[in-house]
Amino acid sequence: MMTRLEPANVPAVDLDPFSIAFFDDPYPGHTEVRETASVVFLRRYGCYGVGRHAEVRAMLGDWESFGSSRGVGLTDYKVSPPYRGPSLVLETDPPLHTHRRAVLARVLSPGAMKTLRARFAAAAAALVDALVARPDCDGVPCCDGIKDIAEAFPLHVFPDALGMPREGRHQLLPYGNFVFNSMGPRNALLENSLAELVPLAEWVTRQSQRDALRSDGFGAAIHAAADRGKITAEEAPLLVRSLLSAGVDTTVSGLGAALYCLARFPEQWDRLRADPMRARNAFEEAVRFESPVQTFFRTTMKPVTLGGVDIPEGRKILMFLAAANRDPRQWERPDEYDIDRVASGHVGFGGGIHMCVGQLLARLEGEVLLAALASRVARIEIIGIPVRRYNNTLRGLASLPLRLHPVQ
Amino acid sequence: MPKVIFVAQDGTRHSMEADGESLMQVATGNGIDGIIGECGGNCMCATCHVYVAEADLARLPPQSPEEDALLDGTAAERRPNSRLGCQIRMSASLDGLTVFIPERQI
Repeated sequence: MMTRLEPANVPAVDLDPFSIAFFDDPYPGHTEVRETASVVFLRRYGCYGVGRHAEVRAMLGDWESFGSSRGVGLTDYKVSPPYRGPSLVLETDPPLHTHRRAVLARVLSPGAMKTLRARFAAAAAALVDALVARPDCDGVPCCDGIKDIAEAFPLHVFPDALGMPREGRHQLLPYGNFVFNSMGPRNALLENSLAELVPLAEWVTRQSQRDALRSDGFGAAIHAAADRGKITAEEAPLLVRSLLSAGVDTTVSGLGAALYCLARFPEQWDRLRADPMRARNAFEEAVRFESPVQTFFRTTMKPVTLGGVDIPEGRKILMFLAAANRDPRQWERPDEYDIDRVASGHVGFGGGIHMCVGQLLARLEGEVLLAALASRVARIEIIGIPVRRYNNTLRGLASLPLRLHPVQ
Repeated sequence: MPKVIFVAQDGTRHSMEADGESLMQVATGNGIDGIIGECGGNCMCATCHVYVAEADLARLPPQSPEEDALLDGTAAERRPNSRLGCQIRMSASLDGLTVFIPERQI
């Protein structure tokens, strides 16, 4: 990695946002970034960082200044090539980005979600029914909120909707883990992910081909867009790969965040039980509060001014999405999880032209799962120490031991 | 300051002054029920659907292909006067604009 001299016009900070210590408690670091200045310099990585909502939003909304085509991780693709072929959507700028994104947006549109809603709700109900019928902790159902709920649900409904076979789906988790580790520095987390990458990448490439996919899922719909000339036949499997890369681990982190919030804040669980229509907003607020995707980089495509600071061309800037989602300049009581909050405007799904293309699918999964829980579970009790899952970009848990007290 | 009138399902009229903000921002920023704006105004979720008063339609900016595609998936019925609130920015030329809030957004 190229190290850069500290710019004279920006205060430098020493924190390492990709360290285990930071992941264990990121909030003091987020506050330091946010409160030091509108733009800081991360000495350790020779890049800039922003943690205030206004600057993060400004960057997300200005792709001409803050590009993605040189990678949305620390690595500048102009200097060194990516570990795998770059994403055709996440790591491109217009005009290349535009038609590809449009294909994914149509496949994952509000109209498409309507056709999935009943099926997803039934799957959520069946999952929770099975969990509360499992009396194995002193006669009260207990489970791992991550493995048995936050992973089990998306690993069932997402590959089904995509049109994947049942076999091998569990490999989506370590593959996604690699993708999101790869945006950080080459630390132990990334080395470990790289060590297991080759067979996973081969498997994902295979799953992305037309003949591996059922004819009625998202995957087939992407390939069909190539038949209509919207994308090329070469682009289609790589766009399927994008869904496989970004569609599971992120949702696992988001669902896990919602469970963890509702287990920690029982008065919010009671609010949800009293008004299950709040399920969708309870999930949205968990995305703001926990920020499953913590950070993304952009690269300056020309000399820019951001937050009153001049930054030359070709510089990496780390956007602390999680810090922006708790910026007191933007949010009242930012450190409170409140399912009645108007969470619109948070950057947990990013923003601008690269904003999460699967956000409606994530919200649907979150809504139906929390609604299924709210109608069947009176109280969620944490019965063991939650274990954190470490990743350079994603924030979430590896384990959340829960006792689900059924509605009598 | 230009005014926009939101008409709720029960007929209640909320008159708001705004300049430069989108209809979605005006509604969510003033606690008007029935407009959500989940995606924050990025034209990606179709939860800021409104029905525009017929007399005002000609004053509005044209629809983008993205808005048109999203309107196909609105939770409430799409009508010829359906628009997304995030794509309509208040200005003097829209003073007096009246929009009706649909029965549902999800």
